[in-house]
Amino acid sequence: MDRYVLLVGLSGLLFSVGLLGIVIRRNLLVVMMCLEIMLNAVVLSFVTFASQNQNVSGAAMSFFIYVAASCEIALAMAIVVLLVKRRGSLDLSVHQVLKG
Amino acid sequence: MNQLTLIPVLPFIGFLINGLLGARLPKQLVALVACGLPAVSFLLSFNLFQGLASEGGSLDVVLFSWAALDNLKLDVALSFDQLSAVMCLVVTGVGTLIHIYSVGYMAEDKSFVRFFAYLNLFLFFMLLLVLGKNLLVLFAGWEGVGLASYLLIGFWFEDAEKTAAGIKAFVVNRIGDTAFLLAAFLLVYCCGTLDFQEINTSFSAGGLSPTMTNAIALLLLLGACGKSAQLPLHVWLPDAMAGPTPVSALIHAATMVTAGVYLLSRLSGVFLQAPEIMTVVAWGGAITALVGASMGLVQSNLKKVLAYSTMSQIGYMFMACGLGAFNVAMFHLTTHAFFKACLFLGAGSVIHALHGEEDMRKMGALAKKIPLTFITFMLASLALCGIPPFAGFFSKDEILWSAWSGIGGSPVLWAVATLTAGLTAFYMFRAIFMTFFGADNVPERLRKGIHEAPPTMAVILVVLALASVVAGFIGLPGLWRDWLGVSAPFYDFLVPVLGHGGGADHHMELILMLVSVTIAFTGVAMAWLLYLRCPEMPLRVRMKATAAYRLINDGYYFDAFYTKVVRCADWVSEKILARHVETTIDTLTTNLPADLAQRASKLFTRLQSGNVSAYVFYVFAGLALFLWWGVIHV
Repeated sequence: MDRYVLLVGLSGLLFSVGLLGIVIRRNLLVVMMCLEIMLNAVVLSFVTFASQNQNVSGAAMSFFIYVAASCEIALAMAIVVLLVKRRGSLDLSVHQVLKG
Repeated sequence: MNQLTLIPVLPFIGFLINGLLGARLPKQLVALVACGLPAVSFLLSFNLFQGLASEGGSLDVVLFSWAALDNLKLDVALSFDQLSAVMCLVVTGVGTLIHIYSVGYMAEDKSFVRFFAYLNLFLFFMLLLVLGKNLLVLFAGWEGVGLASYLLIGFWFEDAEKTAAGIKAFVVNRIGDTAFLLAAFLLVYCCGTLDFQEINTSFSAGGLSPTMTNAIALLLLLGACGKSAQLPLHVWLPDAMAGPTPVSALIHAATMVTAGVYLLSRLSGVFLQAPEIMTVVAWGGAITALVGASMGLVQSNLKKVLAYSTMSQIGYMFMACGLGAFNVAMFHLTTHAFFKACLFLGAGSVIHALHGEEDMRKMGALAKKIPLTFITFMLASLALCGIPPFAGFFSKDEILWSAWSGIGGSPVLWAVATLTAGLTAFYMFRAIFMTFFGADNVPERLRKGIHEAPPTMAVILVVLALASVVAGFIGLPGLWRDWLGVSAPFYDFLVPVLGHGGGADHHMELILMLVSVTIAFTGVAMAWLLYLRCPEMPLRVRMKATAAYRLINDGYYFDAFYTKVVRCADWVSEKILARHVETTIDTLTTNLPADLAQRASKLFTRLQSGNVSAYVFYVFAGLALFLWWGVIHV
């Protein structure tokens, strides 16, 4: 099997695992981690295609994504801390204020 | 800005200055602005009038286009032709005089500034009405004078009764205005224009079905009836006397109430094509004249006598219009403006002297105490009664002659009009005898400080009285013209707009004239007999004819009838419309759909669970569906 196919398949698998985690897990931190997994799956596909097409800009993209991801996680963690302070729990089902 | 535009704009500027800044200005300046600007308007009108008299042809100004549709272009345009010139001179001339009079009359009032602001506003709208080149501008003025009239009738708004009188005038006028508006719609539908000249030409060219012509003429007539206090829409005018006396003189005697006559004359082309409606106009006017005069017989309030007299005199004008003698109607309008304004202002002077007392039963023997007021009041009354050679004689007699000889005229119509002339003489001299002669019935508390009018008021009384004496000579009847070998400048001036009108055969005129004058003198003599010679007679007459007295005193039950109508409408609206119809409609149109929407929303609120993972799931489910759709279709 071609290694590129393998790598793209792996990134797809990781993305699906992350998505599944977000949808079914209840713990806020785990959900955050799953988000990161999805992001990494995307980065992996970027790098794979960059290497396949001998194109450096794809690889450069991964650095930008990491910068954006670290900013995002910094903000997200702050929000998580506030949410936990509010309800004293990491369980997502507790944070359902927006229920219609 | 040209002169024609300035004529209506100047009073409006006066309204703005006094309305916005008046409270901070000294009283003298307010009075100067309020009287000065209309005076300038008068001078400008006079200047334009001279140009018109020497050169002829009308002066048109298009200010701007208000609406331009595919087949209908509506301009805000002014036009100064012979008819508007006459009205314009009357409105600005008499208007200015009454403004000056008001400075003296209202001097003690705490709302001095507000009064003059309203008065100037009224003049602006009235001039807009008179100068409008099309029905649109006229309608704007028409509604505006209604508003000004409402504001001024209810001027002393602390008194609930006066406010109610204002509201009544406004509401009754609204009925007429609705008819007016419908007529305007029909005119647009039939002629595709609102321009007076084009309407008149398209009607005289024929081509409209008689039904349509009659409908338009009838609706216009109804509109004119509302504004001019003609039967059956006259009920507001007597109540309108609640306003300050100068207002009654300006709005409810000299200018606004004659707007209906102006409208009929302006659209004479329409009415001449509807002979049936012309008959209605003539008879409606005659009946209003008679009914108004008869109601004037029993009033004890001095101003109400004059109010019914105004209604009756405008009935005469309508009658002249209905007989095709539009120029005669305009002549009577002009002379009436002078003598009726003089009468009202004279009444105002009496009321002023008696500190606000309006009841004639509490007056008497005032002739010696306020001689100037008495003399001017007397002269104007003689003019109103049609005693030669005062102004009213010439104009009224020409109307009587038209009633006899005009198109659609008949001896019966003439008899009604002549009887009215006799009643007019009777009630006017009854008022004079009760006010100025006879026993002194002034209550003790009012006796102190009975005083002659201050100079600003006295001068105006004299000017108007002089005008009532001499104004008749500009429109001598045909018979007199033949005798004296002179022309009638007034009628000649109006020929380009209203034509000649009236018959050329005058052999009966002299006899009719003598008869009407005799009847007028009989009226005076009757009044003298009943109110000076044997003052206990009126009471005896009243006892004898109780039913007739009550009928007249209650205004022929018009008010009672309208109250019944309103009560019925009230009942229908409350018991049927509000209780049953409205609730049904509400359920069907509002509550039912709202319920449905609420139930549907309950269904979808489940989606809004607040659970973040669920939202993510929806997003990706949507994305997946979208991708799946792409794969299939691309």
